[in-house]
Amino acid sequence: MRSCVRSSRALSPVLIPRLLSDASCWGARRSLSCSPRRLTAAAEGNSAPLPSQARVVICGGGIVGTSVAYHLAKLGWTEVVLLEQGRLGAGTTRLCAGIVSVAKPIFIESKMADYSNTLYERLEEETGVKTGYVRTGSLCLAQNQDRFISLKRLASRLKVLGINCSVIKPKEVAKLHPLVNIHDLVGALHLPGDAVVSPPDVCHALAVAAASHGVQIHERTSVNHVLVEKGHVTGVETDRGPIECEYFVNCAGQWAYELGQVSEVKVSVPLHGCEHFYLLTKALEPPLQPSTPVLMDMDGRIYVRAWQGGILSGGFEKNPKPIFTEGRNQLEIQNMQEDWDHFEPMLSALLRRMPSLDSCEIHQLVNCPESFTPDMRCLMGETTGVHGYFVLAGMNSSGLSFAGGAGRYLAEWMTFGYPTDHIWPLDITRFGNLQSSRTFLRHRVMEVMPLLYELKVPRWDFQTGRQLRTSPLYDRLDTQGARWMEKHGFERAKYFVPAGKDLLALDQSKTFYKPDWFDIVGAEVKCCKEAVCVIDMSSFTKFELSSTGDQALELLQHLCANDLDVPVGHIVHTGMLNERGGYENDCSVVRISKNSFFIISPTDQQVRCWAWIKKHMPSDPQLHLEDVSWKYTALNLIGPRAMDVLSELSYVSMTPEHFPSLFCKEMSVGYANGIRVMSMTHTGEPGFMLYIPIEYALHVYNEVMSVGQKYGIRNAGYYALRSLRIEKFFAFWGQDLDTFTTPLECGREFRVKFDKDTDFIGRAALLKQRQEGVSRRFIMLVLEDHDAELDLWPWWGEPIYRNGELAGVTTSSAYSYTLERHVCLGFVSPPPGAPPIITPDFINRGDYEVDIAGQRYPAKAKLYPFSSLFTQQRRRKDDMELSNFQGK
Amino acid sequence: MPVTSQLFKALGSREIRKICRSAVLLRPLTAPWQRSCPPAGAGQRHGYRTSSERCYNLTPPQVNSILKANEYSFKVPEFDGKNVSSVAGFDSNQLPANAPIEDRRSAATCLQTRGMLMGVFDGHAGCACAQALSERLFYYIAVSLLPHETLLEIESAMEAGRPVQPILQWHKHPNDYFSKEASRLYFNSLRTYWQELIDLNNPGEKPDIKEALVTAFKRLDSDISLEAQVGDPNAFLNYWVLRVAFSGATACVAHVDGNDLHIANTGDGRAVLGVQEEDGSFTAHTLSNDHNGQNEDEVKRVLSEHPPSEAKTVVKQDRLLGLLMPFRAFGDVKFKWSIDLQKRVLESGPDQLYENEHTKFIPPNYHTPPYLTAEPEVIHHKLRPQDRFLVLATDGLWETLHRQEVVRIVGEYLTGVHHQQPISVGGYRVTLGQMQGLLMERRARVSSTFEDQNAATHLIRHAVGNNEFGTVDHERLSKMLSLPEELARMYRDDITIIIVQFNPHVIGAQ
Repeated sequence: MRSCVRSSRALSPVLIPRLLSDASCWGARRSLSCSPRRLTAAAEGNSAPLPSQARVVICGGGIVGTSVAYHLAKLGWTEVVLLEQGRLGAGTTRLCAGIVSVAKPIFIESKMADYSNTLYERLEEETGVKTGYVRTGSLCLAQNQDRFISLKRLASRLKVLGINCSVIKPKEVAKLHPLVNIHDLVGALHLPGDAVVSPPDVCHALAVAAASHGVQIHERTSVNHVLVEKGHVTGVETDRGPIECEYFVNCAGQWAYELGQVSEVKVSVPLHGCEHFYLLTKALEPPLQPSTPVLMDMDGRIYVRAWQGGILSGGFEKNPKPIFTEGRNQLEIQNMQEDWDHFEPMLSALLRRMPSLDSCEIHQLVNCPESFTPDMRCLMGETTGVHGYFVLAGMNSSGLSFAGGAGRYLAEWMTFGYPTDHIWPLDITRFGNLQSSRTFLRHRVMEVMPLLYELKVPRWDFQTGRQLRTSPLYDRLDTQGARWMEKHGFERAKYFVPAGKDLLALDQSKTFYKPDWFDIVGAEVKCCKEAVCVIDMSSFTKFELSSTGDQALELLQHLCANDLDVPVGHIVHTGMLNERGGYENDCSVVRISKNSFFIISPTDQQVRCWAWIKKHMPSDPQLHLEDVSWKYTALNLIGPRAMDVLSELSYVSMTPEHFPSLFCKEMSVGYANGIRVMSMTHTGEPGFMLYIPIEYALHVYNEVMSVGQKYGIRNAGYYALRSLRIEKFFAFWGQDLDTFTTPLECGREFRVKFDKDTDFIGRAALLKQRQEGVSRRFIMLVLEDHDAELDLWPWWGEPIYRNGELAGVTTSSAYSYTLERHVCLGFVSPPPGAPPIITPDFINRGDYEVDIAGQRYPAKAKLYPFSSLFTQQRRRKDDMELSNFQGK
Repeated sequence: MPVTSQLFKALGSREIRKICRSAVLLRPLTAPWQRSCPPAGAGQRHGYRTSSERCYNLTPPQVNSILKANEYSFKVPEFDGKNVSSVAGFDSNQLPANAPIEDRRSAATCLQTRGMLMGVFDGHAGCACAQALSERLFYYIAVSLLPHETLLEIESAMEAGRPVQPILQWHKHPNDYFSKEASRLYFNSLRTYWQELIDLNNPGEKPDIKEALVTAFKRLDSDISLEAQVGDPNAFLNYWVLRVAFSGATACVAHVDGNDLHIANTGDGRAVLGVQEEDGSFTAHTLSNDHNGQNEDEVKRVLSEHPPSEAKTVVKQDRLLGLLMPFRAFGDVKFKWSIDLQKRVLESGPDQLYENEHTKFIPPNYHTPPYLTAEPEVIHHKLRPQDRFLVLATDGLWETLHRQEVVRIVGEYLTGVHHQQPISVGGYRVTLGQMQGLLMERRARVSSTFEDQNAATHLIRHAVGNNEFGTVDHERLSKMLSLPEELARMYRDDITIIIVQFNPHVIGAQ
């Protein structure tokens, strides 16, 4: 580390004057106002000539861009150029509040924040640049029981990551923070590791460190557009001339969307700016200690930290002000107006929390625009349209907390070619062009920004930007009481509220306990088990791969772990694995004809799966891949009576003898011909999926419903489906499966054909794993001693304890109406010290507990689903008896 | 008998302010009158307190349902996406204090000529006269504005029994009713009027708007007077025309045609124009003069019409003959007819009327009638693009809110912009507590705006609910609206408002 300090002397000429100027004025903390010295420094910086060639060009000199540069340099990259249109750290970085907190809603975000914290702490020693790092700790306050539950859930999740935190009583809050009014508090979460820094100085330190490793930094240089050739980045055009490069990293923050649009092949970076306000006060009397913990009063929608003896306090209001919808140049980011009237609710919340501040004098109200994304998660990774085009932006006002970790993940991604952790929730390919509308983004971010501090209960949905993609049956289902949720812009029914029954209003239905739809979904599940239900599952991603010869089969044999050389009409469940044997996609492939295949993938795989197949597809004009998601409406007929309904509509016997499981036939249903009927339901229940060309959708639905009437048919939604699939131990990609999970770890070896002719991606890794054994295992946990009426419900992310030791985390959970128990799915691995291989014995011989918000519930672990739940056998027996009866 | 009790009640509450407070008049009156007479000073405070304890606190939806009961909005229809009329539309509303309300309002589009008519009428000593005005005045104006040829056409159609082209298209709230019984009578008077116009005017002559307004006002008042003198064989109608004549009403009428705005005013209603300044703020431009004791010109006019010997008695305590507040009004034949005529009509009239002490009462010092006229003062204004709206209202509004305040409230409502300067701390020393107090007050001011879809309702909300800071105070509003019928009149008068919005781009183009 010492050598690093010395090496900062060997900086690129650009940075030397800046380093000096900043070191001298840091004490005065000029970061919130424009320092003239910085301007001179920047002007001098302009004199350095731009290189004509580089490996990587990073656009954006905020904390994110510099972090990417820093980590690339650390990983040994050379010829890295960072371009900044203004001055380093002059955008959102300059104004942001400087809080580094691990209190984030999902694991990967907490991990990134934890890493950032460690990085910033050592940065001063590493570079000699003062970063203002103070480990203050932070306090998340709960004003009500629901918030307290959510904090307890967060605490149990953070413990999984090994992050120190404790749930404390209001009295202890008063001890930790001198100003807090604790009278209306229920409790709090204390995170002793959280810290505050001076963001522009951290940005500067990262830049200094990067420069010392050879990164060239050029200020006052704007990227005009990105050059693309044959789907690869070839260079950038700047206002100071072109630079050839292999990789381009878009870290342009607020301007990342627009920068994406000016690429030769447009890149969709769905984010939108909102104004964000925080207040600075003059020093209190006596001055507030710099080590005072950061306060997050989410119910009051505010955060507070110590700042120069006074306080800094901002918040995430209910009615945010979106900005820059029409792009830049409307307003300079430096000249944002203060809006006191807008800040009033937060000021009131602050004075309620800290009444003694009443007489404290105002220093300034800062307006600092932040960028937000449609789902509150940042945008990371390589874009699908342009190879070598990476994005890291849309930090949802946690840029400082995430920058370190996110920068590292992105640099590793660029280095190894794949992300080194489970970053799917942040992966930019979870979005497509459909999330790129400015109107959509403007409306959605107005919901996202308040949501940052809103109480997030299980199964919350976004309310804005809805009804973008719908099935042709949307209106029919809606009038029948459908309640909707959205996935990848597609509306899907959660459940159907029977006529005459009222559910609670949205706000009142928020709960961590038994939800109000419990009985409704129960009835739907029962109908699936005993009669027949229809679920509209049109949102699935559907591709068709066809070729003149056997190229399509060859490609799929290469991509898929299962054997696809099956007779025409067969359906194969298979994973598409990566080199490490992890699931890139989990899909069902139907061999429609000898050389054409129908690929059904999860809804949010639309962009990602397309990219994965395209990436491995030889450029052969004879081989054709088409996205047919929009062409088909998918109806899932679940239940023992599905076959009766279908056979009545098609005059074809649908019994398992005539229509075996995992089989697909094009047939007529009602008047409509050419319906792809598949004997699978994604739940393990008997039934059929109908893939219906959309113009027939209404007809087929109406026919099914009218014929089904005598079999007791009813509509069902995704909640019923979820309950059914989880009790059957069916894993879903994106929830349970990710790119780090192999089929062997989740008991799907039977779907891997090691001995098929073609070598498939990931085969070697799987063979190795089979040899060595797996170190984690997907299991099913049935909660015992858990009262669904009174106890907190599991959701996901609950720690799993085995014999009292932390063993893993749940990935999804549902109430099983059949077992009358909660079922959690999750992964367990052996504790450190024990042999790292999991055996069935290890699973079966443990006492398991699931920790829900700090309370542990005993659970029974299972490696395989309850066979009794498979009613098919019973059903077949019934059929036999029936045919015998008829035979007589 | 309901009619009598209504009359009593109406006279009773109204009398207090409009006619007199003097003991001479009050003493002979029956008990209900005295009950509603406002005791001075402490008594009034006491009354307020007890009443507010007695009444419920209304919830905001209850308050809204009271305020919105009479609201009405009219948007001038657009053609091809454009509104070619200089009037974009109007919002109107009224809030009763008397039971029943004595204010009336009317709005109509002239169909045979161009232009729109809007008017507010404030009745006193009952609602009969105001009701008659709301039904009849616009017909008189419209007929006065008709060219000779059109009059001839209408008359010949009438003569031949052909359908007659309608003259007015009314824009009425369902509560704004027309009396069925009197329509025949009214129509006959109107027909007589246009027949006279046909005889008087020459073909090709186009009536002057100003003149037409004056003539129409005067003619209707004389018709009201004449109908009462002639009587009607139908007993109900006979009583009705007498009630119209013996009650009174002021009128404030606007006629808008392209850029020409005429205000014809009789009495103490008022028309105020909202003018938007370049900085976006609004200033009030008054387009009518109040005809009452505060108006010196008006006092001079009244004095000049009577011999100097009466100078001390004609205007007393700012009232006409010490009794009447408005110096010009329709009806009120007690201030117009000779004593002989009054007595003759009353004696031959129905018993109800004769037995009424009030109608029998002859004003003191009644020497040289008429003391009262319905002749309007007409003010013409050429509309400019910065003239954004016109507020026509009865004195119930103007005595609670200053006209500048009225224009500010409406202007901010219509533009949706609050000309609250953004706050900037600058170099001042402001504490968080001070800032919060300031912000809360500003918030209270804004929040009331968005409850209303109707500018007139919004204005009434302010007129009734404003606290000392000029912001709507729900508690106050709730108390004011839940006052019992007999007390309401002590704290406020009937309020009737029409807010006409102009189309600046149409006005600018002409």
